[in-house]
Amino acid sequence: MIALAIVLALPLLGFFAILFAPRESKISFGIAFAASICAFFASLGLVPPVLANGAQFSSVINAAWIDSPGLQIRFHLGIDGISLWLVLLTTLLLPIGIWISQSMILERRRSFFALLLLFEFGLLGVFTSLDLFAFYVFWEIALVPMYLMVGGWGASRRGPIALKFFVYTMLGSVLMLGSILYIHSQAGTFDYVELMNALASGRVFLTSRQQLLLFLGFFAAFAVKTPIFPLHTWLPDTYTQAPAPATFLLAAVMSKMGAYGLLRYSITLAPMGAHRCADWVIVLAIIGIIYGALLALIQPNIKRLIAYSSVSHLGFVVLGIFALDQQGADGAVYQMIAHGLSTGALFILAGYLEQRRQSMEISDFGGIATPAPKLATVFMIALLASVGLPVLCNFIGEYLILQGAAIAHFSWAVYAAIGVILSAAYMLWMYQRTFLGKTNERNQGFADLAGREWAPLIPLVLLMVWLGTYTQSFLPSISSATAHLLDQSNMSNEYRVQLVVPSPNAAPRLEVSDVR
Amino acid sequence: MILWLIPLFPLIGFLLNGLFGRRISKSLVSVIAVGSVAVSFLYVIALLARIWPVATPYAEHDFTWIQSGFLQIGFDLFVDRLNTVMLLVVTGVGLIIHVYSIGYMHDEDSYYRFFSYLNLFMFFMLLLVLSSNLLLMFVGWEGVGLCSYLLIGYYFREDFATNAGNKAFIFNRIGDFGFSLGIFLTAITFKTLDFGKIAAAVATMPIEAKAGALTAITVLLFIGATGKSAQIPLYVWLPDAMAGPTPVSALIHAATMVTAGVYMVARVSFLYDHAPVAMTLVAVIGLFTAVMAATIGMAQTDIKRVYAYSTISQLGYMFLGAGVGAYSAGIFHLMTHAFFKALLFLGAGSVIHGLGGEQDLRHMGGLRRAMPITFYTLGIASLAISGFPGFSGFFSKDAILSAAYTNAPWMFWIGAITAGLTAFYVFRAYFLAFFGSYRGHHHPHESPRIITIPLIVLAILAAGGGFINVPAWLSPQLPMHGQENGTAMAISAAFGIIGIIVAWFLYVARPSLAESARNALGPIYSLVFHKYFVDELYQGAVRKPVEGISRLVLWRGVDENVIDNSFVNGLGRTIRGWGALLRHLQSGSIRNYATWVFAGSLLVIFVLGLVGGLR
Repeated sequence: MIALAIVLALPLLGFFAILFAPRESKISFGIAFAASICAFFASLGLVPPVLANGAQFSSVINAAWIDSPGLQIRFHLGIDGISLWLVLLTTLLLPIGIWISQSMILERRRSFFALLLLFEFGLLGVFTSLDLFAFYVFWEIALVPMYLMVGGWGASRRGPIALKFFVYTMLGSVLMLGSILYIHSQAGTFDYVELMNALASGRVFLTSRQQLLLFLGFFAAFAVKTPIFPLHTWLPDTYTQAPAPATFLLAAVMSKMGAYGLLRYSITLAPMGAHRCADWVIVLAIIGIIYGALLALIQPNIKRLIAYSSVSHLGFVVLGIFALDQQGADGAVYQMIAHGLSTGALFILAGYLEQRRQSMEISDFGGIATPAPKLATVFMIALLASVGLPVLCNFIGEYLILQGAAIAHFSWAVYAAIGVILSAAYMLWMYQRTFLGKTNERNQGFADLAGREWAPLIPLVLLMVWLGTYTQSFLPSISSATAHLLDQSNMSNEYRVQLVVPSPNAAPRLEVSDVR
Repeated sequence: MILWLIPLFPLIGFLLNGLFGRRISKSLVSVIAVGSVAVSFLYVIALLARIWPVATPYAEHDFTWIQSGFLQIGFDLFVDRLNTVMLLVVTGVGLIIHVYSIGYMHDEDSYYRFFSYLNLFMFFMLLLVLSSNLLLMFVGWEGVGLCSYLLIGYYFREDFATNAGNKAFIFNRIGDFGFSLGIFLTAITFKTLDFGKIAAAVATMPIEAKAGALTAITVLLFIGATGKSAQIPLYVWLPDAMAGPTPVSALIHAATMVTAGVYMVARVSFLYDHAPVAMTLVAVIGLFTAVMAATIGMAQTDIKRVYAYSTISQLGYMFLGAGVGAYSAGIFHLMTHAFFKALLFLGAGSVIHGLGGEQDLRHMGGLRRAMPITFYTLGIASLAISGFPGFSGFFSKDAILSAAYTNAPWMFWIGAITAGLTAFYVFRAYFLAFFGSYRGHHHPHESPRIITIPLIVLAILAAGGGFINVPAWLSPQLPMHGQENGTAMAISAAFGIIGIIVAWFLYVARPSLAESARNALGPIYSLVFHKYFVDELYQGAVRKPVEGISRLVLWRGVDENVIDNSFVNGLGRTIRGWGALLRHLQSGSIRNYATWVFAGSLLVIFVLGLVGGLR
């Protein structure tokens, strides 16, 4: 409990410290980096209890927040085998984001660092909340600093693009808020654990129709955030216009918010809705996988290309979740982490390229491997991870997802695996045009990786290999959490189907038991 | 003894050279690279001496690799009679080629990069061979593909090399699409990916459950094999792969990696045995690939391309063997092919080295005096691949053709004719290079001993390798069904000899005849010379349309116009439009507000009255 409190408090304290500290960017960098790196080390303290039992929530904080009769919002946080790894991903990538901002953000750095810490606070809250209202609050807390970062530090078209990002996401969130309030009206609580118990015991009943609406409300927010085709068009624009560290964080961690929500809330709180919609969601996921890959194939801009590849990769995650079986869910969680590492590394490297050339157009590069062999090599490793080459992290995730999809419905795996072929094509062609070939005049003096630029890459590469080779460090805890989650989802689903089907005469309204 | 040490040695070599190779001397790089493979080779020998005669598989479980639900996939390695052959070929031929590379690559700037990739390749290849489940095998399978990509694109400043590398990787990915689906289906059908457990499950499976699932699995796995082993329709990457340095062509694209498909089919033979449709498919694809590649090989002018097509063709033979149930004959041919094809490539490399980089047969000629060792060793290799009696290729090819005859005589006849074509085009290249008069400009010279000694060692193997009775060694595991067929042997050997004689006539005795034959054939020659225009077909029918549709329809059309512009921004515009209208409400005039409040109250009362709220 103390560990989680420290992890959560450090970024927030850092945020305020920067606001009140002297307006010197060195000092604010020091505060931001120290706070985030300390949060990382503190978050390691969350690991042992989860390894012991991944299905149970550990390090729980449960305090009253708003406690008025009829409206109880609790500050209820906890960690299981799914949230742990996302929390660690966040606490690891934030110091990295702060580190690279030091060289990539040139103006108003103090505010930027402060926003990064606020963003971290929001993300950590999203991944650990066990109260729906708190979840919603953290969800919005994470959104605002990102909006400000894109709008305040982005490229030339940042204004309208940031607004589009904000409005798009807000629209989804509002619908989610509707769902959350609706659940509260039915069950009288926002508490996730209580809700799960109430649903499992049958104390709270939601008809199939109610669940469908509930599911769609949640889905709106999560599908925009992930994003799921066709709600993805904010993403390439935002990724391209955002400043490099923001793009890095958007792709590596923020995109996991949606997928996490789908897994944690959609399929457990509205299991019938999820089961009813699963086929449709999977159709969208598969379209996203192939569509994203085809669009990546022909992008002339490196950032846009990686952005579309993210659409494709996150399609895999959604596919894994809605396969609704063990392998699929395990693969989805694994792929979230793997995607965070590999795409994160790719965006850091893209940032380095952009810094040197002031452009992201592939045609401005070419033959970079000759003057900058180290940069080219690390890019190759991240690229190979991204295309799912064995020994590196994404392979495990993609394998489990596709295996899970194949178990659920073999043809899903057939279609989705086309995305794996295409990923090799778009990545290798981009690599060839950027790094290989003869070096033209303008790129002769292209600088190779400097010492400080190595720092964020080394941990990422090591983790890619670790996750790709020794899955036993991660997978058992993930598996026990997802197994528990799927159990709840399936049981609640089957339980209701049994209850509803044998009594067709009963009016649906009667099934809604009100706990109040 | 520990099995994981076998691939570990080259992996250490890769890490050392990859991380520090830039800073250490070339000789130290060579010591690390060659040493690591030599240690692996010796370790394999010591291991085999220990577990001889490998009557039962020698297995080890290292750690659980992936566990999720019912799936439990271990990092499990094993050695049985089948992969004993592979281990010896990979480490043995690999070692010879590593030594050769010291001489061949000596003047390269990024010498360490070459050797670290080569070591990485050895690691993945040994993992592929040793693994005792499908998914771990797939790791090796993809890994060797990566190394192939890296080594084909070794000269990364040249577009032809990077294009060839991409092509190899992408075509292999298409094959791996099939392989991975095969893995998924295997896991669903058997709940395991372990070879031993699958074999046991197949044996007890009810017959009606077998047919569909096993046929689907084996066909899917075979798609993977057509990618890696360059069979119809995915063979087109292999000729281009010759853009890599010649030792790479010898090791990866002739002796070891490209044979992985054959090994895989033999490894899961217990599945193929129950899927006759898939078996026929394997045999037919193999046979047609053999003929098709042989005809293309007859018209190529680049010495490495001639040998590349011959590799495709010989791999076709191996699949023919596997497809007719003679897996052990296929593996036998795999081994002899590793010897003579590695020798052909290394010999070609010696010629190229001696001519300062020249690869075009039209600029060679009369080299037999300048390069005697290369001349003799290449001669032995050419005889071996032609199936000349007594040489290694004779025994293994005839084992396949005999089995094909038992299966279906027409397969035998096509195979035998292909043997004649093979002998013809291999000797065409040989005669063009070593006979007649020299047509180039560079002063030819024999290669140094670091190059010629590997040639001699391989020549001994290529000549005598046929006396290693691989089918007998494998018979407890992979029994031969057909009998040795004396007539078949004689016929195919005769075809080979006729091929050699025709080549001698056309390219040594009457060189002008070759010219007129080519002119007489006209369009047919042009069709073959352009490789049946398959590359152009793929480019025009697949890549261009996919890119065009993605760019014009999906990106500009669907993504930008329909989704983003019409829907997303359209929604935004609509809302803004409403906002503009509603803005007029907010006029700042108290009188207006009062009017609205009044109107609103009326509306509320009206609506409430309507729904019965006011009573």
